[in-house]
Amino acid sequence: MQIKPILAALKRHKAGTLLIALQIALTLAIVCNALFIIHQRLDRIARPTGLDENNLMAIQNRMVGVEDKESGPLIRADLAALRQLPGVEDAISVNSYPLRGGGWSTGVHLNADDKKSKAHTTLYFSDEHTLATFGTRLVAGRNFQADEIGEADPKEVGDPAVVIISKALSDKLFPDSSALGKPIYIGDTKKPSTVIGIVERLQVPWNGNWSDTFYDNAIIEPYRLVSTFTNYMIRTKPGQLSAVMASAPAALYKTNRMRVIAPKNGIRTFAMVRESAYRADRGMAVLMGVVCAVLLGITAAGIVGLTSFWVGQRRKQIGVRRALGATQRDILSYFLTENLLIGTAGVLMGALLAIGMNLWMVTQFEMARLSVTYVLVGVVALLLLGQCAVLAPAMRASRVPPVEATRSV
Amino acid sequence: MSGMFVHNLRLGAFSLRRNPLLTALMIMSIGFGVAASMVTYAVFRAVSGDPIPQKSSQLFVPQIDNRGPQYNRQGEPPDALNYTDAVALMRAHRAPHQTLLFQVGMSVMPDDAHKMPFKALGYATTVDFFSMFDVPFQYGGSWSAEQDEAREPVVVISRALNQKLFGGENSVGRRMTLDDRQYRIVGVTENWDPKPRFFDMFSGNAYARPSQVYIPFNYAVDQKIDTYGNNNCGSDGKRGDNWDSWLRGECVWISAWVELNTADQVQAYRQYLDGYAQDQRNSGRFNWAPNNRLRDVHAWLEHEHAVPPESRISLSLALGFLVICLVNTVGLLLAKFMRRAPEIGVRRALGASRADIYRQFLAEAAMVGLAGGALGLLLTGLGMFGVGMVFEPQIAMLAHLDLSLVFLTLLLAVTATVLAAFYPTWRAAQVQPAWQLKSN
Repeated sequence: MQIKPILAALKRHKAGTLLIALQIALTLAIVCNALFIIHQRLDRIARPTGLDENNLMAIQNRMVGVEDKESGPLIRADLAALRQLPGVEDAISVNSYPLRGGGWSTGVHLNADDKKSKAHTTLYFSDEHTLATFGTRLVAGRNFQADEIGEADPKEVGDPAVVIISKALSDKLFPDSSALGKPIYIGDTKKPSTVIGIVERLQVPWNGNWSDTFYDNAIIEPYRLVSTFTNYMIRTKPGQLSAVMASAPAALYKTNRMRVIAPKNGIRTFAMVRESAYRADRGMAVLMGVVCAVLLGITAAGIVGLTSFWVGQRRKQIGVRRALGATQRDILSYFLTENLLIGTAGVLMGALLAIGMNLWMVTQFEMARLSVTYVLVGVVALLLLGQCAVLAPAMRASRVPPVEATRSV
Repeated sequence: MSGMFVHNLRLGAFSLRRNPLLTALMIMSIGFGVAASMVTYAVFRAVSGDPIPQKSSQLFVPQIDNRGPQYNRQGEPPDALNYTDAVALMRAHRAPHQTLLFQVGMSVMPDDAHKMPFKALGYATTVDFFSMFDVPFQYGGSWSAEQDEAREPVVVISRALNQKLFGGENSVGRRMTLDDRQYRIVGVTENWDPKPRFFDMFSGNAYARPSQVYIPFNYAVDQKIDTYGNNNCGSDGKRGDNWDSWLRGECVWISAWVELNTADQVQAYRQYLDGYAQDQRNSGRFNWAPNNRLRDVHAWLEHEHAVPPESRISLSLALGFLVICLVNTVGLLLAKFMRRAPEIGVRRALGASRADIYRQFLAEAAMVGLAGGALGLLLTGLGMFGVGMVFEPQIAMLAHLDLSLVFLTLLLAVTATVLAAFYPTWRAAQVQPAWQLKSN
């Protein structure tokens, strides 16, 4: 295929050529970045919490008419009632849980005198039923024993003698060995806590950007917090979730009427917790997907429109070429090549634009750097899109009969 | 003149009908571009508004660095104050008005023992809160400074809570039970819920449900009523072992606001803050140079990222999307107009001026724009239902399609299309009458 005559022809259609190239460039820039955002969000959604999510539910409970410090026995009574319910595997009272949104976080030191903490972590406060309720697996060491569990006012939590931590935190603190049996300093304290167990995985309560650097670092402290405000986490036997969703609040009210369980978000399955935690991420992914699809459609339509116009304008010239011996294939490949040339110019511009746009978003929205793979995939996709869009008008051009050369417009 | 305009419109309508596919493509392109921009703009407008326009340049947030360069976040002082600093600012009384607040979550205990208690959220705050933030009252008013000092159990409730508890009648002077304490009602506010809730950005309540109760700050602290909002003890802060150490400690949990009416007052207050921090340094509490901030409402909302990143990302993308749609329209209009070069040549030869050609083609473009706007409006309406998918429900609720948005959508569509049509029209007007006649 001769490229020179195509370039000569394009020079006579500068504006149209430039417009198509520009549109391809802008589309590439936006599609690359949108796909990148989609992938990032989906990755985040796919992060495992470490919990037995299918059989978990949470109740947000507030005791009323009592002081914080009087609520210890009430919580114990609640737990006893919940654990006895048919269909319940185990239950705990806990300050927070993965994906809940609010919780405690602090730094961990390896020596009492270290100024800078070695790792950041979340703190969960609960009892020896925690592992069985969360459904997270112990990979080293042991669980808490009943006599190690204390009760504490949330404002007056001391330093525990023993803790269980997540594997990710253990790896962060002791990259070359295991944290098992070692002392760690939680927060700004002089008193060490000994790691007695390591669980496979336990996520922090947050899922925003800011917690990305420590999203798998967790410590379980052996304290039941004595507060009128608490979260009950209940793990049901397989298939019993919906039954327990109904029976658990009834059992709580039967134990003690003086409590508030919010009608709307007070009782949730873990699926609901997950759904609301990732609502914005999922929505963003869907929005970006729709934007990409519509954008590609509009760009394709633009190419079809302009190429059709060119074909209409050049009917006579096409007729002349056909009369001089050009085959239908020649005409078809002329328009395909023409589009490929414009498309190549467009994607080159677009690749630069995509990277520029990403750099801007990095500064504006704390976004990660775009990987080159996205740009390459986008380039190939847009070149293919151009070829497909041009196919119909090019086919029509190739069917222009040689006799057209003799006709006056 | 107007007859000419109608004639131009008629020519435009005729021409648009001649290439229905091209016309449909243009209308769709404009429609999608405009709709995407408008939906994201509606959300952006909702979250970037000024919650208290009459006063936003007179209300300031004092921030004091009680962490020091080693533990603060990138040099910024924390977003709230600890009890020590908050009370010190209040006592110093260096601004014409100042207030402190923290969120409380209380259980309302109905008198009727058969009714379930329910939760009511609100604030423990000081007297000036109501006048500083222009809180409107339905009945009664704020408590007095003396009542605040005397730690009296009084309460201001919202119109909605008053409706629920007392059927909307004037309840001033009546009693109600919150948790295990009795309060006397002194005021009922009108429905008042600035969005974003600029005064409590610290606890992430920018778009939360309206608050229902307000109780005196000193009474709340006296009764050891804990904050229901956030507290921040820093990465290496001390939590403290009891209520007293909580009050004396360096955890921040109180939002402070001051009202300053002149540049001099602002200047003087900055100096006071620096002086205060210097005093703390001299007394050995801080071992770093004063590092304070005094931001007004706009600067504060900016600092607190009141506009969620989702909103800004999607607005930027939608505008990029609109640009592509316009580039597309330029191309399609060019194709459409240039296809009629022979017709233009004939009209020019028959005496039509360049200006006539301009008018004819811009009128045609305006019609495309109007049709695109109508489609855009329809899609914007549909898009509003989808807003809830991307944004938090509280934010999605704020975005709505009103008359100004309808007008803006149509205006954007027509203006954008006419602007896009300038280059193709210019090209069309360049067609030489003689050349076209000769070639035919």
